[in-house]
Amino acid sequence: MSAEVHSRGSIRRRLMLQLLLGAAVLAIALFFIVQSLARQLAEESQDNILAAAVSAILDTTSVRDGEIQLDLPYSAFSMLSNISNDRVFYSVRFGDDFVTGYNDLPTVPKDDGFGPWFDTATYQGDEVRIVTAERRLASRGKPLAVEVTLAQTRDGQRDQLRWISQIAAALGSGFFISVAVLAALTARSSISPILRLTKSVSRRGPKDLRPVAAPVPHEMAPLVAALNSFMDRLKNSLTRSEEFIADAAHRVRTPLATVRTQAEITYRRVEKDENRASIREMIRAIDESSRAAGQLLDHAMVTFRTDHLEQEVIDLNSLADEMIERLHPMAELREIELVLVQQNAVSTVGDTILLQSALRNVLDNAIKYSPADSTVTLCVSLDAGMAHLTTTDCGIGLPEEDAESLKSRFARGANVEGVIGSGLGLTIADEVARAHGGYLTIANNSKGPGACVTLSFPLQ
Amino acid sequence: MRFLLIEDNLSLARATIDRLSLDGHVVDHAECLADANGFVSTTDYDLILLDIMLPDGDGRSFLKSHRSALESTPVIATTARSEVSDRVGILDLGADDYITKPFDFAELEARCRAVLRRRGGNASNIISLGDVRFDSLSGTLEVGQRTLHLRNRELRLFEIFAAAPEQIFSKPKLLDRLFSYDEDVSENAIEVYVGRLRRHLKGSRAEIVTDRGLGYRLSIK
Repeated sequence: MSAEVHSRGSIRRRLMLQLLLGAAVLAIALFFIVQSLARQLAEESQDNILAAAVSAILDTTSVRDGEIQLDLPYSAFSMLSNISNDRVFYSVRFGDDFVTGYNDLPTVPKDDGFGPWFDTATYQGDEVRIVTAERRLASRGKPLAVEVTLAQTRDGQRDQLRWISQIAAALGSGFFISVAVLAALTARSSISPILRLTKSVSRRGPKDLRPVAAPVPHEMAPLVAALNSFMDRLKNSLTRSEEFIADAAHRVRTPLATVRTQAEITYRRVEKDENRASIREMIRAIDESSRAAGQLLDHAMVTFRTDHLEQEVIDLNSLADEMIERLHPMAELREIELVLVQQNAVSTVGDTILLQSALRNVLDNAIKYSPADSTVTLCVSLDAGMAHLTTTDCGIGLPEEDAESLKSRFARGANVEGVIGSGLGLTIADEVARAHGGYLTIANNSKGPGACVTLSFPLQ
Repeated sequence: MRFLLIEDNLSLARATIDRLSLDGHVVDHAECLADANGFVSTTDYDLILLDIMLPDGDGRSFLKSHRSALESTPVIATTARSEVSDRVGILDLGADDYITKPFDFAELEARCRAVLRRRGGNASNIISLGDVRFDSLSGTLEVGQRTLHLRNRELRLFEIFAAAPEQIFSKPKLLDRLFSYDEDVSENAIEVYVGRLRRHLKGSRAEIVTDRGLGYRLSIK
């Protein structure tokens, strides 16, 4: 019996997703931080070298006879080529005049302060870093500014940055992968107490309603406490139901027993035939109602037990043995011989009490509907993966058209007038058989008079 | 035989005692477990009829506490509770059989007989009537050199006669003892069984005599 469970989402998946999402954000942030740090460092070092170079050039400038003198120092350019093979441009201006270098090289607009001033621009199709610095020199008595601009392409820096980016990307994805592995492990380990609990609950038999004793993490304690109290209530209510059914039978039958006894005592005292006949009728009615009450409550008990079926291995031969022994005195009273035919070891899995009840009802019927001085045969056999308990009697049989309808509640054959019965016996047998994955077959005996009722159960 | 009936329903108990006495048994009656304990500790019984629901406790606890002491005494439990739930517990605790109330006395008698037979009888089952020896438990009749096995109704009928030789039993009385209330049989059925018994007893000193208009009796020549 497995009820439909409405499930949405998975704790493990959600946990994994959240951890992975966090890891991805962190990995990307890591990538960008490393990259921007690297760029900043590279830019700073280029700027420092450019500043050093430009100041080295400025150091060589002087004014003689109103003319600017300068000697481009080799060291300035070797400093720059240390970084990479980037191209270097320069221009020197004195006052408003262009002195040497690339005339079209843009200068950095000078804002406040002493410089040097930096800028990034595009020159001759390449991105360049430009630095401009100036120094005031006296020319013919008035100060004039010498302005040196130095530019360097950034190919080398770009290469370096690309390389660092690759390393940052590798670092980021490495971080992501290790976090993913950790996340999977974490998700699994945090879900494992739930799985353990599930296993320990689902492993239980239908009657095992003991509280869960295994320790659980304290976050799960309220759930387990709720589960335990639920099972406790269920156990109580199951016990109460069983007790109620058993007691109800007692409440009904005990007064009936008293009435029957009194009727019997009276019966023995009265002499007149018509009085005796009416008391007989009374006793029969009492028997009928007590039997009906018993069968109804048995039926309730059977229905109740099939809802949580026990699973134990049942030897059908010994079950049949026991039932024959139990019913023997009843059969003997009417000089009916009970014959048990067994061949193989046959067993099935199920609830012993229910199987006993089913078989007792079938055999009871057979004895009841058999004429005195006849034989009822119970045959235990197996074929086609099923175990069969076949009861054959020598009674009046049944109208063929009734065969199926006899399984329904309170249905009785059209030809059984005068025999006490409740019409529940075969219903009980049928329900027990079906609860165990088997079936009940009702037919007339093919080899003679009487009915042939077979209880079939799947083999163990 | 000596029976102990443990039953709190007085009218049921009285009727049961009446019926068992008719068969020639002696019955002690205990209304509660306390009384029952007293009886069991002082007297040996051939059979105990035990009600499961008693005013001062559960018959099952009696079974449990006396099972070792009652080793040799069969117990038939009587219960009015649901058969499906109760039978296993009752039989597991060592009752030999159980019967659900209200019961037919014929069924009670049959169950007592079956239980006693299963436990093996003792000498008290054997009644000597002239040259006929009758074992009511195994249902055998020894007539001279012949040993006969009586069928159930012949046995029960002969038992009635043998318990009280020379007493006259009317046909209706015999009918009541032999057939249950849901069996519609005519008085001719008695004649059939009496006829069979007469055949079995042929050649012995025991004889079933017809007293016209009154009934039958067993007479020893």
